[in-house]
Amino acid sequence: MQLAAMALMTIGLFFLLVGAIGVVRFPDVFSRSHAVGLTDSVGALFTLSGLALYQGFNANMVRVLMVLALLYVLNPVMTHAMLRAALRSGLKPWTKGDRA
Amino acid sequence: MTGMTPFFEFLLFALAIIVFVYLYRVVKGPTVFDRVLGLNGIATKAIIMLVAVGTVYQRVEMFVDISTGYALLNMVSALAVAKYLEGRGRA
Repeated sequence: MQLAAMALMTIGLFFLLVGAIGVVRFPDVFSRSHAVGLTDSVGALFTLSGLALYQGFNANMVRVLMVLALLYVLNPVMTHAMLRAALRSGLKPWTKGDRA
Repeated sequence: MTGMTPFFEFLLFALAIIVFVYLYRVVKGPTVFDRVLGLNGIATKAIIMLVAVGTVYQRVEMFVDISTGYALLNMVSALAVAKYLEGRGRA
């Protein structure tokens, strides 16, 4: 049980690290939102499910899983709202032509 | 404190390093949307760190409430900033 929890948390940490690299390396806000929005959801899914598995099968596991469900609903909503605001305020998405 | 405490210390240390990487984008980001996206990512890491700290101290039922409040506060502030910036300036 503890070994499975540790493996899940390590996988989640890998995804979070990839997201951090993408946040620094990508050229504009629309491509960076992939790094923030997608890998954060997957990394939080793996890390928090590992933490929930570590609690054992009791009420604390349900509490951690509720935080996970909340985060899994709210994170795409925030990313979508932010990018819609960015697009409507006139930012142009980065294309292959303008290399930075 | 159980035998898993060194692993949780490693997890918290790695998450702190990831938060500093995001902080680079928050400080340097060209547009204001980059900064808010970076803060959004930092909030996700802070929620995971709070649950991990609660697991180390064996008081998860208290720390989970704190992290839920943090997630809701972050969502409200991000939606308010997005609503405010929609259609106006690119500062």
